Amino acid sequence: MSIKAKINSQIFQDSNNIYYPKNESEVSELIRELYKNDSPTEIIGHNSKSFIGNKAQSANTMSLSKLTGIIDYRPEELYIKVKACTPIEEVEKTLDENNQELAFEPIDFGYIKNGVSNKGTIAGYLSCNYAGSRRFKVGSVRDHVLGFKGVNGKGDIIKSGGTVVKNVTGYDLSKLIAGSFGTLVALTEITLKVLPKKDSSNTISIYIDKSEEIFDLFIKLSSSSSEISGAVYVPNKSKDDDFLKKKNSVLKFNDLKSNTSFLAFRVEGDKISIKEKIKNLSKELELDKFETSTLDVHQSEPLWKKINNLEIFENTKNNLIRMVIPPAKGSNLLKFLDNKYKYFVDWCGSLFWIEVDEQKEEKIKELKKIALDSGGYLTVIKTSADYDYGESIFTVDDVRLMISEKIKKSFDPKRILNPGKMYRGI
Amino acid sequence: MSEIALPKIDRSIVSNKSQIVKKLSSLTNPENVLSEADELRPYETDALSVYIQTPLAVVLPENTKEVSEILKYCNEENIKVVPRGAGTGLSGGALPLQDAILLGLGKFNKILEIDYENKCVITQPGVTNLGITHAVEHKGFYYAPDPSSQLACSIGGNVAENSGGVHSLKYGTTTNNILGVEMVMMDGTICKIGGKSFDQEGYDLMGLICGSEGLLGVVTEVTVKILKKPEVVKAALIGFPSIKEGGDAASEIISSGIVPAGMEIMDKALIEATDNFSKAGYPRDAELLLIVELDGTESEVNELIKKVEIICKKNNCSSLKLSKNEKERLSFWAGRKAAFPACGAMAPDYYCMDGSIPRGKLAEALLEIKKLSEKYNLPVANCFHAGDGNLHPLIMFDGNDKEQLRKTEEFGSEILKTCVRLGGVITGEHGVGIEKRELMCEMFNDNDIQQQLDIKKSLDEKNLLNPGKVYPILRKCAEEGRVHVHKSKDKFPDLPRF
Repeated sequence: MSIKAKINSQIFQDSNNIYYPKNESEVSELIRELYKNDSPTEIIGHNSKSFIGNKAQSANTMSLSKLTGIIDYRPEELYIKVKACTPIEEVEKTLDENNQELAFEPIDFGYIKNGVSNKGTIAGYLSCNYAGSRRFKVGSVRDHVLGFKGVNGKGDIIKSGGTVVKNVTGYDLSKLIAGSFGTLVALTEITLKVLPKKDSSNTISIYIDKSEEIFDLFIKLSSSSSEISGAVYVPNKSKDDDFLKKKNSVLKFNDLKSNTSFLAFRVEGDKISIKEKIKNLSKELELDKFETSTLDVHQSEPLWKKINNLEIFENTKNNLIRMVIPPAKGSNLLKFLDNKYKYFVDWCGSLFWIEVDEQKEEKIKELKKIALDSGGYLTVIKTSADYDYGESIFTVDDVRLMISEKIKKSFDPKRILNPGKMYRGI
Repeated sequence: MSEIALPKIDRSIVSNKSQIVKKLSSLTNPENVLSEADELRPYETDALSVYIQTPLAVVLPENTKEVSEILKYCNEENIKVVPRGAGTGLSGGALPLQDAILLGLGKFNKILEIDYENKCVITQPGVTNLGITHAVEHKGFYYAPDPSSQLACSIGGNVAENSGGVHSLKYGTTTNNILGVEMVMMDGTICKIGGKSFDQEGYDLMGLICGSEGLLGVVTEVTVKILKKPEVVKAALIGFPSIKEGGDAASEIISSGIVPAGMEIMDKALIEATDNFSKAGYPRDAELLLIVELDGTESEVNELIKKVEIICKKNNCSSLKLSKNEKERLSFWAGRKAAFPACGAMAPDYYCMDGSIPRGKLAEALLEIKKLSEKYNLPVANCFHAGDGNLHPLIMFDGNDKEQLRKTEEFGSEILKTCVRLGGVITGEHGVGIEKRELMCEMFNDNDIQQQLDIKKSLDEKNLLNPGKVYPILRKCAEEGRVHVHKSKDKFPDLPRF
C-alpha cells in the first residue's frame, strides 16, 4: 500500500488518528507526503514531556514510539547508539549492567506531570535538553550527544556527527537538535556518550537559611578542586504548610533533619577519595562552624533521585518555573523569593525551580524580568490549567528569534514539524 | 604551491579595489586597512602553508561595531570576506581569496572580565588560548581545552574550529567549555548568545557556531568557563612489546571505568624519532608507548595509578615508569610534544593526517597504515590520542620529488578513508577547511551536505563569508587531506603539535 493510501487508511493510524511509522523510511515517506500536502504534524514519543512547551499547531500527530531498540552499545568505546524512542529506563538498565550511566542524570518529569514515574524516551529527552543535578559538573544533554539521524521537514533523511568524541567534520548539528523540541527534525537514531558510574556517594547536609551564607558556600563548593557532583538548597520557609509537609515527607531520611532548611552537597568516587574530598571540603568550607550531618550512600542515592525528579512538586496543578541564572546573582533572588514562593535551588546555585500559584501570570512576568536582568532565562515547564499564554513560556530576544526562524526554514521550510511548539512562527 | 579549486574570482571586485579600500578606511581607522603587496604578504596563508593566496585587502577592525559595519558593507556590495584569528589553523580555513577582504581579529586582544564567582572569563577573540589560563592561574584556575598550538592560537579561532587538545576525553572540547559568544552575521546583525549562565534555551546557536570554521558568523566576544586546577596530576610511561597488547591495555583502561585526563600512544617509528630528537628517555625496545595522565585528589590518583599498573601488567607491558614529580611528568610529555619537529628532522617533508577512529580499532588502523606504507614505499610514524580516538599519522617524503608527492597524497587519502571505514571521521580536531573539503562525501551523502548548505544559505544568503571552505566545490572525492610541512618550515615551527 502506498504511503498516501496508508495515510488515508486506518492501517497506519490508531483510533486517535495518530500515525505510527515503524521505521526511518516510513518516517521519511510520511513527512514527504505531509510536506506535499502542507499538512503539519505534532511529533510525540511516550508523551512523558509533551506538556512542556506550547501546543503544536497541527492537525496530525505522528508517534515515533515504534522506533525503539538499542542498535549498538560499546562499553569500551563509551557510546551507545539507539533508535530514537528507546525508553530511557531501558538504556539506563543496559548501561548499569556494565557499570556505566548517562552522566547528565535524566530527570523523571512523570512526577510533576501526574505523580507517576515516566522517564520517556531518549529522543524526547534530547529534544528538551534538561539535564539533572550533575549538570554543572558534567555538562548538559547536548554535551553528551555524539551524533544523530533524523528526517527534516522535507522528508529527507539526514545525519550528523558519529560515534567518536573528537569530530569536527561539518557543522555540529547534534547541538542544534538538542533542545529544539522536535521543530527541526523527527529523530530516528541517537548516539550518546556514556561514562563509568562512580563507586559510591556521600552527601553532606548543612543546616543554614541565610541567603549570603548559602551562596558563599555554593561559590566555595564550585571553586574547590575536591570536585562535588551535586549541590542543592532546599528551604523550609514557605507560608504554605501543605507544601512544607510534602517537602518533609518526600525528603525523609534518618540522617537528614526535618522541618529545617538545608544545603546539601554530593561527593562521588571510591570510598577513600570520598573521605579525602569531604575532609578537604570541611576545611575549605569551615564546616565546623555549622550544624551538619552526613548521608551515607544508601540515603545519598535516593535523596538525589527525589531532588532530581522534582518530587517535592509532585502532581502540581500550579505553574512550575525553571530559572537559570549566573550563580553569583542567586543571593538576591533568594531574598526575593523568601517565604513567598515554593522553590528549591539546584546546580550549585544556578538553577531555581519555582512554583507560582495559578492565576498569577504577572508574577511570572516579574520573575522573567529578574532572570533577564541577572543575565539568565526562565521557562514555564508546567502551566496551570488557566494559563492564558499572555506571557511566552520561553525566553528569547528578537535577534535570536530572527536567526532561529532562518534556521527553522532551512530544516523545515513549510513548518511541518511541531509548528508553534517553541515560538510563534517557528 | 599546490593547486586547489577555489570559488570563481569576481573580476569586478578586484578591479574596484581602490574604492573598496577607501570605503573600508572610512569604516575603521585607515591605518587598520592594509592593501600594499608587502603589507598583505604575512596574511597569504595560515599554518597550512602549502596553499598561498594574496587577499584583496586586509582589514583589522577594533570593535564589534566596526566588524558589523564592514560585514554589512561587504554584504551589500557582494564582497567576499575571510575571517582570521591567529592563523595557526592546519586545514587552510583562513586561506585568503584574491577577491576577498581578509578580516583579521588581531586587535581584539583584551580580556574584558574575569569573574571568579561565576567561574568564567569574558574575552575578546584575539586573546590566545594560553593567555586565558595565564590570566587566572594565580588563583588556581585554568581554561581546559589545550590544543597544542595554545601558545599562539586565538580563542576566536578555537571557537571556529571547536579545538580540542590532549585532555578532551575528560574535559571536552571548546564547545563544552564556552558559555556564550557575541557574533556578527554577514548582514551586520550583532547577536549575543548565552552569557554567564548554563544552557541557553532555544536553538543552540552557540553549538552551531562552534566548529563552523568561520562560515556562519564572525565571533567578537567569547565567555569561557574556567576550572579549578586538580589537586594532583601524575603520569605513567608504559612500553609494550606489540601494538595489539598496548592498544588492548588502552581499551581496558577505559572499559574498567577509568577516565584518564590524557592518554597518548606512539608507535615504534615515533618513539625512535622523538627520543632521538628530544632525548626523552623513552623505552626504545617497545613497539608501542602509552602515556597515561591521571588527575584528582591525592588518594584518587594513587588508586587509579594502581589500577592502570595492574591492567598494563596483565597486557604484558615491557616497561612501566611513574612520574615522581612535576618535572618528571613534563619530561614524559616532552618527547610526545616534539613528535612533529622530530619527523621534520627525519625527512625533507611530512604530511600530518587527522582522523578519528573508535579506540578499539587502533591495532587494525595501524596495521592498515603499515600495509599502505609498504605499498607506497613511504615511511610513516603514528601518534594517537587514545583517550578520544584521534589519530595523527605523519607521512615522511621528499616534496621535491613530484612522484613522491603524488604518492603521499594518495597514501593520506587512503588513511582517512580507512578511518571512515573503521567507524571514524576524516577530521578530529584540525577542521575541514580547504584541505579535506572534497573528502566530505566519504562521510556524508547529498542529503546531509545539502542540509548543511541550507543552513549556510539561511545565515549568509549570498555565500560571501569564507566561501570555498568545508563543503566540496567539486562534489567529488578528490585525493586530498593533509598538512604539508616542507623542510620543517611549519609556519609555527616552535609550536608543539599533538
